[in-house]
Amino acid sequence: MAKVTMPQLGETVTEGTVGRWLKKKGEAIAKYEPLLEVETDKVASEIPSPFGGIVGEILVQEGDTVPVGAVVCEIIETGAGSAGGNAGAQTAAPSSHSTAGASSASAAAAAPSRISSAPPAQANGVRYSPAVRKLAREHQLDLGGLTGTGRAGRITARDVVKAVESGASVRLSPSASSAITSPSARPHGSAPSPSAAVIAHAGEDDTIIRLSPMRKTIAERMVQAATTIPHAWCMMEADVTELSRWRDREKAAFKAREGVNLTYLPIVVQAVCRALKENPLVNSAWGGDHVIQRKHVNVGIAIDVEEGLVVPVVRDADRLSLAGLAQSISELVDKARRRRLTMPDLSDGTITVDNTGALGNIASVPIINPPQAAIITMEAVVKRPWVVNDAIAIRSIMNLCLCLDHRVLDGAVASRFLSSVKKTLEAYP
Amino acid sequence: MKSEPSVRETLPEGLTPERLRDMYYFMILTRVCDDRGFALNRQGKIPFAATCQGHEAIQVAAAFALRRGTDWIVPYYRDTCMALSFGVTPREQLMCLFARKGDIFSSGRQFPNHYSVPDRHIASISSIIAAHVTHAVGMALAHKMRKEESVVLTSFGEGSTSEGEWHEALNFAGIHKLPIVFLCENNEYAISVPQSMQMAVKNVADRAVAYGLPGVICDGTDPIASYVTVREAVERARAGGGATLVEAKCYRAMSHTTDDNQLTYRTPDEIEAAKKRDPVPRFEAWLADRGYLDERSAAELKARALAEVNEATDWAELQPLPTPEDLYTHVYAEGPLS
Amino acid sequence: MAVKNLLEAVRETLHDALARDERVFIMGEDVGARGNVFLITKDFLEEFGSDRILDTPLAEASIVGVAIGAAMAGLRPIAEIQFADFIYPAFNQIVGEAAKIRYRSAGGNTCPLVIRTPYGGGVGGALSHSVSIEALFYHVPGLKVLAPSTPADAKGLLNAAIEDDDPVLFLEHKKTYRLIKGEVPSGNHTVPIGKADIARAGRDLSVITYGLMRHFAVQAAEELIKDGIDVEVLDLRSIRPMDRDAILTTATKTRKVLIVHEDNKFGGVGAEISAIIAEEALFELDAPVRRLCGPDVPAMGYSKVYEDAFMPSPERIAAAMRDLAAF
Repeated sequence: MAKVTMPQLGETVTEGTVGRWLKKKGEAIAKYEPLLEVETDKVASEIPSPFGGIVGEILVQEGDTVPVGAVVCEIIETGAGSAGGNAGAQTAAPSSHSTAGASSASAAAAAPSRISSAPPAQANGVRYSPAVRKLAREHQLDLGGLTGTGRAGRITARDVVKAVESGASVRLSPSASSAITSPSARPHGSAPSPSAAVIAHAGEDDTIIRLSPMRKTIAERMVQAATTIPHAWCMMEADVTELSRWRDREKAAFKAREGVNLTYLPIVVQAVCRALKENPLVNSAWGGDHVIQRKHVNVGIAIDVEEGLVVPVVRDADRLSLAGLAQSISELVDKARRRRLTMPDLSDGTITVDNTGALGNIASVPIINPPQAAIITMEAVVKRPWVVNDAIAIRSIMNLCLCLDHRVLDGAVASRFLSSVKKTLEAYP
Repeated sequence: MKSEPSVRETLPEGLTPERLRDMYYFMILTRVCDDRGFALNRQGKIPFAATCQGHEAIQVAAAFALRRGTDWIVPYYRDTCMALSFGVTPREQLMCLFARKGDIFSSGRQFPNHYSVPDRHIASISSIIAAHVTHAVGMALAHKMRKEESVVLTSFGEGSTSEGEWHEALNFAGIHKLPIVFLCENNEYAISVPQSMQMAVKNVADRAVAYGLPGVICDGTDPIASYVTVREAVERARAGGGATLVEAKCYRAMSHTTDDNQLTYRTPDEIEAAKKRDPVPRFEAWLADRGYLDERSAAELKARALAEVNEATDWAELQPLPTPEDLYTHVYAEGPLS
Repeated sequence: MAVKNLLEAVRETLHDALARDERVFIMGEDVGARGNVFLITKDFLEEFGSDRILDTPLAEASIVGVAIGAAMAGLRPIAEIQFADFIYPAFNQIVGEAAKIRYRSAGGNTCPLVIRTPYGGGVGGALSHSVSIEALFYHVPGLKVLAPSTPADAKGLLNAAIEDDDPVLFLEHKKTYRLIKGEVPSGNHTVPIGKADIARAGRDLSVITYGLMRHFAVQAAEELIKDGIDVEVLDLRSIRPMDRDAILTTATKTRKVLIVHEDNKFGGVGAEISAIIAEEALFELDAPVRRLCGPDVPAMGYSKVYEDAFMPSPERIAAAMRDLAAF
């Protein structure tokens, strides 16, 4: 059964009206014999039959209008199959030629290749579209917490909008959002930035304090140290009663002789240097797959300044006398207060001494100043009831706290080191 | 003003001794303007000027053969004398040479001599050769459709007749019997290319037969002969007789423009010989022979033309330049759009 | 409102303009007794006479050139170029003359001219009855280029073009003539030149297009909504002046833009749309601007294979939409 379709009679014609059927159902018709008359708004013409055979069902009545390509009647083919096949092909063409939506499948399949469908280079959220960045900035949104629904997991603008609408997002502090505006500034895989942490957002009556460069550096280094160094902590109590008396006796003359005050700090630094001589492994650094034992003893001194904490370094502290240490420390403190510290002043420390006692503390857990392996605090000198030779006496006690990089040091060596410092201090005068 | 005529003859219809002297004045006024343009260029005051020397007779004749206020001209860039004879003033001419903001033709946008003075029935043209000829036909079509008396005269050089659009224009006008006169000012050169390299026919007028138009030839250096020929064509057009192709044979007495050097394609002998065809002294002698102009009044007219052009030059030079903002005006009726 | 196809809308608009304004006349090839090759001016000759329905010689430069002269003389000519493919001989008249007349005469002369021409493919028009020409002309300051896609817009913009005081190139997509039907407001309906139309509102991505492709894009969008992808389709209607505000509004709204046109891609209208978005809405974008256009070959061939391979189809547009939506 062959189907005769409404032909396209003119370039722009989309439909045709059957004017008159020239053959009735059951009549024989030869190929190319006039079959029906079709009228369009452009022309009226006789349509020759595309097939030879017997006219079957007439599907469109005279006067009715159908789109180009619609089947108008059927013909029961007689004679050579090959002729019918050709004719079929001829009628097939106009039907797909006509309507807007009927483009061939092959064309449609080929189409997507005309548009680049390569996945974006910013897979996995490392790079964001301009709209995503803008939205994240506007809504103070941490994109790290979002799941992308775009190609290769890309976070789309819609993902951001949804997150904002759901209110389930993690918000950034305004200053830390700079990490969003320049997401490629930090190489992927480097140490986490402060923005990776849980982050507070400001309430209406809160004050937002912008980060000074020093604050930013401290924040980054402390996060780095606290999250990458396995800290272990220990504390010893040193009886500095005799040291204290000695110091009281000597300090006026020392000041007169050396020009600087005799404080506990250089005394402790000197004790640390001696302890390092006995326990050189404490003067080390973590080298990834090895430990680096330092030859020079460069003692960092933690100093409070207005903007935060700085740690200038007394170079080769083990070679200095007490007076030399006192002078060096005095100079560094002075430079720090006057903001005159230079990069060399701040570089190459191998261990840090932190005078937390100056603030009244009696015990602290300091964070190691990487890449050093240890930090020691000297706590406040406090008079305490103390057992001496099985009797209770009033003694001046200073606690010494040590944090160590447990990758480099173990408790035994750390305790020996701390014990050595304690002994030195207790051995005065 | 009158002297004893050596020749007595009847003047063609429409011409009087007074009008003849006016024609003469526009010819010498044009000559002064033309020389002034080149002088200003050589002084470095203006970048460019074109000349019409050698064309003054046919141009003034064409302007005088038309009805001012009724007929239109669509001239080409060499038609200084036609424009001055059709109402353009020396000040307006100098303003366009100086490209001043107040230049009424284009506000300093177009090359000099690209006239546009709608209130004096002069239509705008571009520098694109023969592009304006179809516009003239369209204007004539409009006049015919509105059953107006107006005739359009459009002019061009013989080089224009090589352009396809020129042929399309004449063909269209021929079919519709439009009230238009096609005036070819054949000066024998299209910049450097002589007529023999431009066409295989001897006369541009010969082309008319292809469009069913009369093709007529006149001596374009003779104002009287030119006047008679153009007037006949104009009145035929006005009477419904359709278009005419008039070929006025003349000569370009100078280089094409200030940027051209005619010695690269013409011999000094040829240039020298052409000066004998200069229409200005010839017309002056013609007027004198017939007693319409004596030596003293000729000198007076020349002095007046010079004074007028001097005044116009000084005045125009002082007029304000366009501003960079003026670049953006008149792009669309609404202003610039993107 | 009566439902008409686009051809009938154009015909009605021309008819009413001729009846309303005696300055209006039509000139072109076969516009007289034949009534135009698509029968747009059918029976006009009898009604308005040979002065106003002017069969011209086969010479496109003079069709436009003569119309320019008539416009300069105060008439409102509507010049027809039988197929857009035939417009090239008139390029000088349109670009070098009509577009510059107001400018070159500092407003002294004007050229209120409409040039109508059928363009575009999909009708078996082969190399020389199928081209899109808008990119060649929308570059030209002083000229306006319109490409309506619906019968109502065809009427509204054609009326606006006839009333406009500057030259307008009015492009009618051949395939829309009888394919596209719609309600057409009666009377002297006008649509402002330079205003785009939101053919379909959506939120996930925007298709910016014009002409036949508006309909293909809407058709594709109706497919995609079944999958929850909500596409906005902006029909420029006016190619120059171009509605920058509408372009930037839709780009900002959906943040993803697919430009679709049948004209060749390189240097096409889509290039300008992309540039507008890049210059003014870059930071609103969530994906690169995409273009689905005719390929950069001279024209679509006579063979159906060539034509199908050239023309953006609803299926291809849908595929491009899906691809961009998934970005």
